[in-house]
Amino acid sequence: MEFGFTTAAYVVAAVLFILSLGGLSGQESAKRAVWYGIAGMALAIAATLVGPASGLWLLSLVLIAGGGVIGYQLATKVQMTQMPELVAAMHSLVGLAAVFVGFIANFEIGNAAAGGDLGTFATMIAHKSAVEINILRVELFLGIFIGAITFTGSIVAYGKLAGRVNSAAQKLPGGHLLNIAAAATAVLTLIWYFNSGGFLPLFLMTLAALFIGYHLIMGIGGADMPVVVSMLNSYSGWAAAAIGFSLGNDLLIVVGALVGSSGAILSYIMCKAMNRSFVSVILGGFGGPAGEQMAVDGEQIAIDSDGVATALNEADSVVIIPGYGMAVAQAQSSVAELVRKLRAQGKEVRFAIHPVAGRLPGHMNVLLAEAKVPYDIVMEMDEINDDFPKTDVAIVIGSNDIVNPAAQDDPNSPIAGMPVLECWKAKQVFVSKRGQGTGYSGIENPLFYKENTRMFYGDAKKSLDELLPKIN
Amino acid sequence: MKIGTPKETYPGENRVAMTPASAKDLQKLGYDCVIESGAGLAAGFNDQTYKDAGVEVVKTGVALFKAADIIAKVRPPSDAETKRLSEGQTLISFFYPAQNTALMDLANKQGATVIAMDMVPRISRAQKMDALSSMANIAGYRAVIEASNNFGRFFTGQITAAGKVPPAKVLVVGAGVAGLAAIGTATSLGAITYAFDVRPEVAEQVESMGAEFVFLDFKEEQQDGAATGGYASVSSPEFAAAQLAKFREIAPDMDIVITTALIPGRDAPELWTKDMVDSMKPGSVIIDLAAERGGNCKLTVMDEKVVTDNGVTIIGYTDFPSRMAAQSSTLYATNIRHMMTDLTPKKDGVPVHNMEDDVIRGATATHKGEVTFPPPKPKIAAIAAVAKKPAPKELTREEKRDAETAAFKKQTRNQVGLLAIGGALLLAIGLVAPASFMQHFIVFVLSVFIGFQVIWGVAHSLHTPLMAVTNAISSIIILGALVQVGSGSFLVILLAALAIFMTGINIFGGFLVTRRMLAMFQKS
Repeated sequence: MEFGFTTAAYVVAAVLFILSLGGLSGQESAKRAVWYGIAGMALAIAATLVGPASGLWLLSLVLIAGGGVIGYQLATKVQMTQMPELVAAMHSLVGLAAVFVGFIANFEIGNAAAGGDLGTFATMIAHKSAVEINILRVELFLGIFIGAITFTGSIVAYGKLAGRVNSAAQKLPGGHLLNIAAAATAVLTLIWYFNSGGFLPLFLMTLAALFIGYHLIMGIGGADMPVVVSMLNSYSGWAAAAIGFSLGNDLLIVVGALVGSSGAILSYIMCKAMNRSFVSVILGGFGGPAGEQMAVDGEQIAIDSDGVATALNEADSVVIIPGYGMAVAQAQSSVAELVRKLRAQGKEVRFAIHPVAGRLPGHMNVLLAEAKVPYDIVMEMDEINDDFPKTDVAIVIGSNDIVNPAAQDDPNSPIAGMPVLECWKAKQVFVSKRGQGTGYSGIENPLFYKENTRMFYGDAKKSLDELLPKIN
Repeated sequence: MKIGTPKETYPGENRVAMTPASAKDLQKLGYDCVIESGAGLAAGFNDQTYKDAGVEVVKTGVALFKAADIIAKVRPPSDAETKRLSEGQTLISFFYPAQNTALMDLANKQGATVIAMDMVPRISRAQKMDALSSMANIAGYRAVIEASNNFGRFFTGQITAAGKVPPAKVLVVGAGVAGLAAIGTATSLGAITYAFDVRPEVAEQVESMGAEFVFLDFKEEQQDGAATGGYASVSSPEFAAAQLAKFREIAPDMDIVITTALIPGRDAPELWTKDMVDSMKPGSVIIDLAAERGGNCKLTVMDEKVVTDNGVTIIGYTDFPSRMAAQSSTLYATNIRHMMTDLTPKKDGVPVHNMEDDVIRGATATHKGEVTFPPPKPKIAAIAAVAKKPAPKELTREEKRDAETAAFKKQTRNQVGLLAIGGALLLAIGLVAPASFMQHFIVFVLSVFIGFQVIWGVAHSLHTPLMAVTNAISSIIILGALVQVGSGSFLVILLAALAIFMTGINIFGGFLVTRRMLAMFQKS
């Protein structure tokens, strides 16, 4: 059943969503863009409630409001450093919702065939031919499959980001064979479902998909989480689009496709920034190195806050390279305070942000923005890499792989060829780091052994707070 | 072996080639030190301080020349001093062998080895013994101080209760070591400082010292100073004319002019003509550091201070380093000590005159009865010559057009290929799928397309907000649940209600988080 008004509202909503994504091209226009998104969403829901959602709209409203309260609580309480976890957790909700909606559609098909008490959707199905019903089933099946993967995948990603699950890459014995087996099960159940239309194959497939989601993401190390999160984002979009097909709802298709393609592009951009192929990230772990990695000799030389303060007081240009360690230590406001002090003395202070710094794309930008660091001194890798030779002091705060010279020098390094911030070209480099251990990826970093590098050991926030009074 | 330093015989020379501090270092190299009584007095070092440093003090110069195996002094030796040199003795001093050939021959006849401090090649390794630079540094500093002494006003601008004082304007011509030192001193005194040099590559150094480089409106390529060991070379007549025109233009504005322009082995070029002097304000000061070689200003009188009819003071002193004898002696003695370090690799008090060494070979004027001046070119270039950037090849219009058409054709081929494949795929699907599916499918494909187009434009720093927004709007799946909630069994209602509830969380959470993030972005 089609409602002219609803369709018109959907068109407007779709345009608003497109504008909302397009508006994110600049910081200022982005503030407007969110409102477009909100308006689009409100319009879509209102039109649906008035139109096709004939029954129980009061219940629907109450449920939305209830969800809204929780969403509001979550959004206002969450720390900016926990943003990646939150986004991952919310993806899982969309995935689970897609699974439920898919299940319902399946029941409705059954109802339509039985010819019982028909709802709006079932009435529509009753008009369909056999071929259309079959296509419908495939779409449903896909929607549920992708939704289920998104659900467990997001939960695992959340666990890894929140530190509740070991972030190292883990696989059950059997490795990818298990995934293949689960995928094969899904294909078999598809054929079964196609022929029977029963719920059981659908349910079995869901279990298989849930397992794939869990196992796939467990096998991916914490350092690759930015790619994983955006990939799951993409999946949730495709799931919505597939469900849209089965429900015959164009707005679902449009938005699902928008979200799906945007997530795909984000993943692609990030993989390119890490010089990794998407497939190898998704299949988990780094590609095996071709030979022995270069041994690193020399020693890491430590320095105390007095030494760092002296160097900073004398420097004219300073570049700060934040990484996940800054987020973990919640050090962004101390960093911002340091920047304010240095800038007040007329020094040139800038931030160099690697595309994959942190656990989400743009993670560092958000943290620095929270600490009220002006965004025009926050530079991207390509903008600032040529400036390092002219820089007096580079401060590395809790980042490791993104400043690893081995990516350029050592063809056998697991990260060989990955673009990195060439901070070692600065006259002096200080590395704020908790201890001597290797970082997330477990790769030795020759930067720490370079002659112009000094290690400033300790928790990033504590070290910086110790440093701050000594900057005059 | 013994190193000895006589008292300088040149009138008015206050410097001394050995200080108590350098003597101690020389002793560490295994040498004994000896000094003529009173040699360091003018520079502030009396005989007792030398004695305390373990230096033997002898009464006369003659005795000193007899006692020492190596003579270290500042100025070139006089004829009388040269005659005192004996077979196998080594003399280290400024010597200017190119100008003093007679003196060089005389020293050679005596059988002495002469190491000329002014001939130390300008390579990085030899900087520590580059006495010309350390003296030029002092001359540049002292030139500004001397100018200030003769200039009746402040250097710095001030606004006081007794009225406003304009800052002095200083022009430094020739940005070598002396010029740069003068620039640094003048700017730190608060003057507005301008500087000029024929070597365009020093503009950066000038600006780093805080002065403004005076650029000529002149197209011709200047020779890179690297080719001549970092010194200036003769410029073309057209360039010289443009240079003079520029000076003429700014002369009336300048309060103090310090000229340091010298070209190795030539008379100083005339850069500040009489008409420029005439156009300057009364009370202005010109310091001509090139006075010894004829001066950059023709009105300069060597070693004297003259005042022109229009009240411009022109100072032609040549003894600026000697006027700061304590400082210049310390630096010069250190240069000598570094030279001895290079000559004594084993630190056993026995010099090894290694003629294969670029620095020692370059500085040696006579050795073992032979005149070894001029030295061959050093093996290492003083300053890496800046590779000329190859000019980007100017494409002719036709070549450009060809390249453009080729690129355009390639793009077209790619796009058409992709479109053809995509179209074929769509057709294949359309053959089997029913019309109702195709309708939706077109919407789907177009949306994917729009998504790709739109997302490429998203700023990198906004990727996290982008993810939060897409997360929020992916809860559009709520529509599916809304449509279904009103129908069917209890199970359907339950599942639909759960879906609505969860997406409700997501919608509000996602949008609010995005807003929170975006609200934090701010400009400085």
